[in-house]
Amino acid sequence: MFMKSIIGAALLAAGVSMAAATDISGAGATFPYPLYAKWADLYKKETGIGLNYQSIGSGGGIKQIKAGTVTFGASDMPLEPKDLNAAGLVQFPTVVGGSVPVLNLDGVGADQLKLDGPTLASIFLGKITKWDDPAIKKLNPDVKLPSDAIVVVHRSDGSGTTFIFTNYLSKVSPEWKTDVGSSTAVEWPTGIGAKGNEGVSNNVQQTKGAIGYVEYAYALENKMASVDMINKDGNRVKPSGAAFQAAAGRADWANSDHFYVILTDQPGPDTWPIAGATFILMPKQPADPAAAATALKFFTWAYAKGGQVAEQLDYVPLPQSVVDQIEKMWKAEIKGPDGKPVYSAS
Amino acid sequence: MAEISTPQLKTVDSGLHLRLRAARRFALSDSVFRLLTQSSAAFVLVMLGGVVLSLVYGSALAFRKFGLAFFTTQIWNPVTEKFGAAAPIFGTLVTSAIAMAIAVPVGVGIAVFLTELCPPPLRRPIGIAIELLAGIPSIIYGIWGLFVFAPFLQEHVQPGMIALFGSVPVLSSLFAGPPYGIGVLTASLILAIMVLPFVTSISRDVFDTVPPVLKESAYGIGCTTWEVVWNIVIPYTRAGVIGGIMLGLGRALGETMAVTFVIGNAHKIASSLLAPGTTISATIANEFTEAVGDLYTSSLIALGLILFMITFVVLAVARIMLMRLDVKAGR
Repeated sequence: MFMKSIIGAALLAAGVSMAAATDISGAGATFPYPLYAKWADLYKKETGIGLNYQSIGSGGGIKQIKAGTVTFGASDMPLEPKDLNAAGLVQFPTVVGGSVPVLNLDGVGADQLKLDGPTLASIFLGKITKWDDPAIKKLNPDVKLPSDAIVVVHRSDGSGTTFIFTNYLSKVSPEWKTDVGSSTAVEWPTGIGAKGNEGVSNNVQQTKGAIGYVEYAYALENKMASVDMINKDGNRVKPSGAAFQAAAGRADWANSDHFYVILTDQPGPDTWPIAGATFILMPKQPADPAAAATALKFFTWAYAKGGQVAEQLDYVPLPQSVVDQIEKMWKAEIKGPDGKPVYSAS
Repeated sequence: MAEISTPQLKTVDSGLHLRLRAARRFALSDSVFRLLTQSSAAFVLVMLGGVVLSLVYGSALAFRKFGLAFFTTQIWNPVTEKFGAAAPIFGTLVTSAIAMAIAVPVGVGIAVFLTELCPPPLRRPIGIAIELLAGIPSIIYGIWGLFVFAPFLQEHVQPGMIALFGSVPVLSSLFAGPPYGIGVLTASLILAIMVLPFVTSISRDVFDTVPPVLKESAYGIGCTTWEVVWNIVIPYTRAGVIGGIMLGLGRALGETMAVTFVIGNAHKIASSLLAPGTTISATIANEFTEAVGDLYTSSLIALGLILFMITFVVLAVARIMLMRLDVKAGR
């Protein structure tokens, strides 16, 4: 019975991949997967062209695009310009999202507690261990804080959410920067690790006194008590789509090198400090220019018509000015063997 | 004469011919059968060799970079690309050891009860329950562990343990720290539950093979049930029981999903059993998908190779132990 279902699944998978021969193929980050799947669904209805996106993780996406087995790769962490040039790749952002600190503390609901960057870093460094620590009390004089131990919950798998979060902590805490650093996975000084956004949200909800960080959509879905942050301008902000968009709008995309822009700790009165974009990777000289053109056409459609769907799923679409720059970059950088652009958006 | 004898000769000749042909056909089908089974057996060796080779090849980069220090360093830092396997190796061995320490006495105890003491109407239901326990997929244990078992431990058991052992010299460091709920001890307990049915059902099956005349003679000279079990049943079935234990240990060492859910996934060697830790398979399951960079991937494959070696050594030691025991028993 079990064997039969395995064989059945294998045959099904083989059948799907055969049928998808003319479809767009992509692989990578898990964070934007729900959105890409929804876009693919709508695009297929409109044009008949499907998208076969495998959410195998950013690391896998980078490996696959370097090996040339897919038309595009997807990564939550932007590649540095020198790495892009070495691999002959270009990158561009698709949507923006944010990491949100969440907690489970008796008597403290959503948006009641506020923290600033250095305090958040001290908690995740394991230097603040009790909820009634003077540093937390000072920021929240009107909140009744118990003297429970703080249980730090972090991701155990590599993740774009972790990259955004640790990048922010590196910017606001010199100690975090030297001792831990920022990446999709780091050596955590304290706490317990849980797999995936769902793992972190479960562990926080199960454990009294816990604090963790999840992608915004998970905090909303699970109705978790999110923490307000004090941003670079010194203002208290609540996590929201508008606050993420403020971060995206503030970033200096025009002068960026290969769209290597990280949206953490951006200035602005309403800016959420722990925001980040998710990226697409494509070769400068695709082996199959026709497939690359089909993929770019899909992204053009997504920028033009996918914004509303993105907002429904709590992702934030890019400002139009950024989209224009991306489409200009395609024309200038992604070329066929004849030296002409494989695709022109306008 | 000639007219008669010729057809006779012909039938004799063709009969012989037919038999010869049949014999040749049998010989052919035999050799085909032999070849088929032989190549199936060879396939296993080729597969095993292929797995070992690809593990060695994949981990070469990590071992070249870190050398033997890979086994002894505790650092696991993807940012600076410094990796050491000490914490996962430690976690794997400790969780498996605790799990076996719980599962072996309990499992053998259940088997003794079922074969020696249990009223016959209860025997089948309990036996079936044990086998069902073995059939539960490990992910179910993981989910149950995270949602039911860990919160229960956190609220009702661990605070008591910390308070109880707080003033006892060695135990106070073994049971120290805030009660997270999940951690090394929780993972060990889940593993013990998962391993239990292996130990129990194999022990029960081999206990049933003890000739009744042996047991009856022992009872006849006035032995208690304990004496019969300890002096007759267990020595007679030693090899089978150890086989069951090794099968269970193999599962405990390699168990992935259930452990990943409840161990806490921290790359640290802590003295406290309540603290979070990690195991080799949990680390690989957690980090392989998002491992960016060749050295990171290679280090994870090196962990896989180490797990392979640990399992191999455990099985080899079990074999040697059995051989020694057989020699001692004069077999």
